[in-house]
Amino acid sequence: MSGVETRKLPLPHDARGRVLPGDAACPGCPIPIALKVVSAVFGEKAILVIPACCTSVILGTYPGQAIKASVVHVPFASAAAVASGVSQALRSRGIKDAYVIAWAGDGGTADIGMAALSGAAERNEDIIYIMYDNEAYMNTGIQRSSSTPKGAWTTTTPTGKIENKKDVARILIAHGVPYVATSSIGYPHDLYSKLQRAKNIEGFRFIHVHAPCPPGWRFEPQYTVRVAKLAVETGLWILYEYHNGKLTLSGPSRPYIDPAKRKPVEEYIKLQGRFRAVTEDLINEIKKYVDENWHWIKKMSQ
Amino acid sequence: MGLKLALTGNHAIAYAVKLADPDVIAAYPITPQTPIVEKLAEMIEQGELRAKMIRVESEHSALAACFGAAVAGARTFTATSSQGLLYMHEFVHWVSRARIPVVMAIVSRTINTPWNIWPDHSDFVDQRDAGWVMSYAMDSQEAFDLTLQAFKISEDPRVYLPVMIGIEGFIIGHTAMPVEIPDEKQVKEWLGERRQPYVIDGSEPLGLGGLTFPEDTEDMFYHIQEAMGNVKKVIKEVDEEYGKLFGRRYGGLISCYNCTDAKYIAVSMGAWSGDLIEAVNKLRDEGYPVGVLRVRYYRPFPIEDVWEIVQNVKGIVVFDRSISFGAWGQIYTDLAAGLSLYTDKLPRMANIVAGIAGVNVTSEDFYGMLKSFIDKSESGLLDRNYFTWIKIRR
Repeated sequence: MSGVETRKLPLPHDARGRVLPGDAACPGCPIPIALKVVSAVFGEKAILVIPACCTSVILGTYPGQAIKASVVHVPFASAAAVASGVSQALRSRGIKDAYVIAWAGDGGTADIGMAALSGAAERNEDIIYIMYDNEAYMNTGIQRSSSTPKGAWTTTTPTGKIENKKDVARILIAHGVPYVATSSIGYPHDLYSKLQRAKNIEGFRFIHVHAPCPPGWRFEPQYTVRVAKLAVETGLWILYEYHNGKLTLSGPSRPYIDPAKRKPVEEYIKLQGRFRAVTEDLINEIKKYVDENWHWIKKMSQ
Repeated sequence: MGLKLALTGNHAIAYAVKLADPDVIAAYPITPQTPIVEKLAEMIEQGELRAKMIRVESEHSALAACFGAAVAGARTFTATSSQGLLYMHEFVHWVSRARIPVVMAIVSRTINTPWNIWPDHSDFVDQRDAGWVMSYAMDSQEAFDLTLQAFKISEDPRVYLPVMIGIEGFIIGHTAMPVEIPDEKQVKEWLGERRQPYVIDGSEPLGLGGLTFPEDTEDMFYHIQEAMGNVKKVIKEVDEEYGKLFGRRYGGLISCYNCTDAKYIAVSMGAWSGDLIEAVNKLRDEGYPVGVLRVRYYRPFPIEDVWEIVQNVKGIVVFDRSISFGAWGQIYTDLAAGLSLYTDKLPRMANIVAGIAGVNVTSEDFYGMLKSFIDKSESGLLDRNYFTWIKIRR
């Protein structure tokens, strides 16, 4: 595994300085991990536009706020639209040193926020859209979203989800936006370098962050990073960047283009209670899904 | 003295927006509002207007984008109608509760289904509980003046609430009349720079709208009700200033016609007030002591002004161009509820709902309805208040 590129960009020492103690996240929550990386890159110059999601609660109660950055809380379907407005106002006022970041979960992105997201992407608004993907409606108590993977238990798919996960990053690539990346809280250096790259690109930038959720996925809180890494090591979650019409596999995922190097998907699945009813047939289907995704990656990165 | 142009209500609003010099406009097309945003887009592309235009993918996003832009320090405008207004309704509440000045034009069209593009007031009055200052014009000139004044009122520190201006689609929206456009420099001086209670632009970390406990939230909503009290004063001040500078005064939250010695008052809002005034002229010629009270601002509801006019009258007829199904017309409901706080001896009252879904109501219709009410009232045939939905068929 190379990983050379990301090691050149260490996280600054004050990465934790702006995500303050006393947030309301569950034990083992991946969200503060990702927020710390975002803070390390953008600091107090971030304007986070946050629709209804776990982060609406995690950031704490009025008049307090567990992050030292600007935050605009907005209705569920509107993150990309409000962010567009903020960005255009800053442009109109000649303000260039603030970064407008839509920070939304998978429900607010892949489901209810999809129209606004697609509109903002098509208009190539100058915003960074970060989708942190915990693969279900966790804030309302684990209901399925279109980003929930096949086979996963949720309270609205008690026998497991039938459909495959919606691939939002691919949808954004199809919009022809300047920058699309996938990332994971298991690899903060990778996320850091991608945010740094995004910071220096103008126009619509989309970053899809895989974020394992202990209570929602039914695993012990100490395994968050382990589950996140296993998703990458089994080849289920692939880290890449799409920039200037070119797809580049990211360091942590590079070894797994070779199927022989991938860990068995069972290792990922058996750690999580949400997959406890998964059958042999379904595991085979999941393996096929992994192969198809890699096939697409190979085709795109040629 | 400024320029005089023949303008439809829609274009009059666009010209007023141009003079207000907004930073950001976000809009989505819908009949019968579309000519407003088309005109604004044209002005921007011809370099007459420096605003950024966000051509969003829905009305929900239109007001969302205006909200974001306003929060970040921009003067903003949007316009919509009917289904579009309902689609953005979530944000109608969101904007006022955030106390962020935004101006929006509503070109009224009834609410569907069935598909129907003709006007009544149902889309406009549907927003009455949302915390916006709500004005309604009677013609293109007033639409122009109300739009320009909306920016001033919205950005007054005693107010800091969004403002909407209503006109009827087609009747006003697509019908031209001469509209006087004041001098740009003079308007700029009067309107001043953008003012708002807070700005989120990265200059300092600031949070807006995070999780808030009941007592604090109730406090915030209570302040909106308080601000609505201030609005009444500000509207009158602005009306007076505007009159001095640009030559047109309307009298504030209501406008009265032949009310001084009237024993009967007809209450209305919007374009059909013109037909009502014609009917009153005819009735006056026949010796009926009747006047018209026109609601110019529906929120805050001008109950003090209404009370001043009606405290000694024998009867009030409220004409509503919208209906709260299972109850009554909304203006009547507000007016009757409001008057009950002032007196335990209400005058004889009638609520007539008409002109729903664009059905045309003429001055002859008004003449008939008013005459019947007054005659019956005078001859003691009306022993109680009444509500009726008049369906006019020709």
